[in-house]
Amino acid sequence: MRRFTAALFLLGLGVMIAAIYQHMDFSNTAVNAGQAINAVAAEETGAANFVTSVVLAYRGIDTLLELTILFTAAMIGGMVLGRRRVDAPRDPDAGFILRTGADLLFPLLLVVGLYIILHGHLTPGGGFQGGVILASAFFLPLLARPGSSINQDVISIVEGLAGATFIIIGLLAMFDGKEFLTPLLDKGELGALISAGTLPILYLAVGIKVGSELAGLLAHLAEAEALD
Amino acid sequence: MEAVVLVVVIVMLLSAVAVMLFKDFLAALAAMSVVSLGLSFLFVVVRAPDVAMTEAAIGAGLSSLLFALALRRLGLWRSQ
Repeated sequence: MRRFTAALFLLGLGVMIAAIYQHMDFSNTAVNAGQAINAVAAEETGAANFVTSVVLAYRGIDTLLELTILFTAAMIGGMVLGRRRVDAPRDPDAGFILRTGADLLFPLLLVVGLYIILHGHLTPGGGFQGGVILASAFFLPLLARPGSSINQDVISIVEGLAGATFIIIGLLAMFDGKEFLTPLLDKGELGALISAGTLPILYLAVGIKVGSELAGLLAHLAEAEALD
Repeated sequence: MEAVVLVVVIVMLLSAVAVMLFKDFLAALAAMSVVSLGLSFLFVVVRAPDVAMTEAAIGAGLSSLLFALALRRLGLWRSQ
């Protein structure tokens, strides 16, 4: 019975993909919102990367909700998986190669992560991608030396401050009489590092929040006891 | 370019099948991140570098790390 339903499902999926492939014209999409936004985005927001202007300016509330979802998921993951008895044994330190590699990679990953976050409004990338790289930078030393740990209190304070910064910038626009999360400040010269008003600050807040959140989750999971 | 895309798609399909066939969980995990890496290459080809970066960082990197840690928590991570 299960095999029959699986075969039926695969058949339906195949028919659906074939139908889409037959009728879809990949060069001419029916929705033209992308072109319309692309035409005005650089002028309206001052961000050279058009994706950033959508993520933070046109759809800022979506990003705020995305951060909320990530926060909830990370919290629940830590709650469900991160249990540890007091007398549980710890893993031994990793070998020489991983320890040396972690020490060498840590500063490089930090620089790459911060670069991707700070240039989010100019080049591809931004808070989410850079934040993940920052998180892996802080997790790498834990992988090499399982006995050490990250201070979870500091992480939650940093994460809370970054999230609050995002919301406060959004509220500042409301005090100015505009909609929530409207970009403020001078747009500056297109393509310069300090341009696009508040968008780089918002992305920095997103990056620090995502980074500290995921680093905390990974550290929590690495701290949990392993079953044999 | 089409030939390269074809090779990447075939590698992705093969490793997706391999995920189901591998008995070793860590090997299945590695095959899963190969699928994500191929997908991020395809995103670059269709000129979506932002999405490609996210897919490479989150799909190939972070999620396999999370899966590996979950396997470690459940005691399934040792290679057989």
